[in-house]
Amino acid sequence: MKQSPRSLRSLPPRGHVSTFGRPGGTDMARMARKDIGEIRGIIARAKRLDVIFGVAGLLALGLGLLTFATLFVDMALDGYSRLTPDFFTEFPSRRAERAGILSAWVGTTLVMLVTACVAVPLGVAAGIYLEEYAPRNWVTDIIEINIANLAGVPSIIYGLLALGLFVYEFSLGQSILTAGLTLALLILPVVIVATREAIRSIPSHIREGAYALGATKWQVVQHHILPYSMGGIMTGVIIGMARAIGETAPIITIGALTFIAFLPASPVTGTFPFLSFEWLQSPFTVMPIQIFNWTSRPDPNFHANAAAAGFVLVLMTLTMNGLAIWLRYRIRRNIKW
Amino acid sequence: MISTNFKRAVSVLSFGLIAAAGTAQAGATLVTIDGSSTVYPVTEAVAEEFQISKKGAIRVTVGISGTGGGFKKFCRGEVDISGASRPILKSEMEACAKAGIKYFELPVAFDAITVVVNPKNTFLNQVTVEELKKMWEPAAQGKVAKWKDINPAWPDLPLKLFGPGADSGTFDYFTEAVVGKAKSSRGDFTASEDDNVLVQGVSQDKGGLAYFGYAYYAENMARVKAVPIVDKAGKTAVSPSMETVISGKYQPLSRPIFIYLSEKAWQRAEVKEFIAFYMNQGAKLAKEVKYVPLPAKAYEGNLEHLKKGKLGTVFGGTPEVGITIEELMKREGKL
Repeated sequence: MKQSPRSLRSLPPRGHVSTFGRPGGTDMARMARKDIGEIRGIIARAKRLDVIFGVAGLLALGLGLLTFATLFVDMALDGYSRLTPDFFTEFPSRRAERAGILSAWVGTTLVMLVTACVAVPLGVAAGIYLEEYAPRNWVTDIIEINIANLAGVPSIIYGLLALGLFVYEFSLGQSILTAGLTLALLILPVVIVATREAIRSIPSHIREGAYALGATKWQVVQHHILPYSMGGIMTGVIIGMARAIGETAPIITIGALTFIAFLPASPVTGTFPFLSFEWLQSPFTVMPIQIFNWTSRPDPNFHANAAAAGFVLVLMTLTMNGLAIWLRYRIRRNIKW
Repeated sequence: MISTNFKRAVSVLSFGLIAAAGTAQAGATLVTIDGSSTVYPVTEAVAEEFQISKKGAIRVTVGISGTGGGFKKFCRGEVDISGASRPILKSEMEACAKAGIKYFELPVAFDAITVVVNPKNTFLNQVTVEELKKMWEPAAQGKVAKWKDINPAWPDLPLKLFGPGADSGTFDYFTEAVVGKAKSSRGDFTASEDDNVLVQGVSQDKGGLAYFGYAYYAENMARVKAVPIVDKAGKTAVSPSMETVISGKYQPLSRPIFIYLSEKAWQRAEVKEFIAFYMNQGAKLAKEVKYVPLPAKAYEGNLEHLKKGKLGTVFGGTPEVGITIEELMKREGKL
């Protein structure tokens, strides 16, 4: 095997090597030299593998990024001409040039709001309970296994569950509330798992120190666990939300609409008590459904609309992920252990 | 202009981010529609124009659940109106009767299922229903793989078939009309619920053949070629078009499309207004979205039925093919 000059240089000079052998033993010295040759070979091989894996990893990353970039740029080019302010302020229409995504993006925003309001408190509380309060026994084990499994259940199953439970059993109708609750169920396992991971990354001596000072469990959670794990929790929540924002199957199952040319009632009213929850019961549509509808139209002009709406949806997701990174950075910076 | 648009966009965006932008007419009345994706373009056009003319005082929502899915919701009383690309079936009539839902059947337009091939296909200038049957019947599966397998005069070219999926009303109708039994078809063809996929497939394959609604052909005339259909031996080949559907010559692939209106919903003022608008503007808007409008007296006849309270269907709940506009009108008259 040929050795690369670099690995030769990285070894000590030959004169130095002989001192490794026992003094006076020329056989030993020769053997040592042979060993060195072998060792150099092993090192060279290992380094070659290192380089190969590095290149393979880079290729894998490049392939993923390139595919995404191609799709994204292609979508942007297709939809560019439709990305006017009117596109955001117009309702859907049968004429491609008049159609916009107003009802879709408002619907998506409101559904996401409900999802966050439900999934975050439930998921975080469940995560804290499992990490800090739950006794270590088989019941807890079963719960843990089930949560991990739930994270992998196809989203259509959640849609079917929601159709039976929310739409028919609780008579919530095909409303923003139903959609928000459905997506909240969908991302709940993600939030719980992220919360637990974040809590586990807190060194146990923080906990022990607090207990040693006589803090109760809730005080430990309130003053230490929650603030320190907030970065990780927020990241998990937003990854979950980014998954939910693109979901179509469960939303179609519970009966989101395709054509809707009005907005839900405003939550802020002019009269006392200034807040209204009528919008929760409103029919709605969301971005993925709007995109799906436009791509299946015969008129090719609608395909440009679909590309533009897809571009907006990707931007919404990227913004949410960016927010997650920024929040994590901010929160981590403020932690002083 | 741009700056005002931009300001408008920004104001709506910011308002929407805090919450939903409110509309002035809180508690506006609602008309709910669901059902077939084939009827959707017509209903959507009507709903859009209706809301513009009412300035939002009456709201209309339109969903797509397919003809069967629409009837399920309709017979549970969840929607006011359901679109259907075929008449209501026996099982659906029973479901509605059980729930005490009575309904009006209103034909709103005609559609022509169009058989298309690649523009480079020069040998297929017409096709008989018999030949289509040889292509599509379940027995053809795995056996009829080349064009010459159907007709020796055709070349030794692989036959690539594209068609709608099994949930589609178009699939039901085509198989009934061509094979003789609804839903009876070979399975080894490229199926897609998205008709654009079918257009794409045929436009890229010289040996390709597909069928779908006329509207998709009308928008893609440059990419695919429609094949004239010979109904029975000895008859002349007929191309799909508005004229041949109206005259009843394009057979057996012309079909009526309907909306079903629940009697209970009909009592409501906003539904009455919407239906009146549908019947007045339906012909014009159907034509705009590339469907074949019915003659004016068909829409008048519908309104007449509503006024006289003539409920039910003129079809016996069994699938039927080859009905012409004239026959449909005659039947509706007897209701």
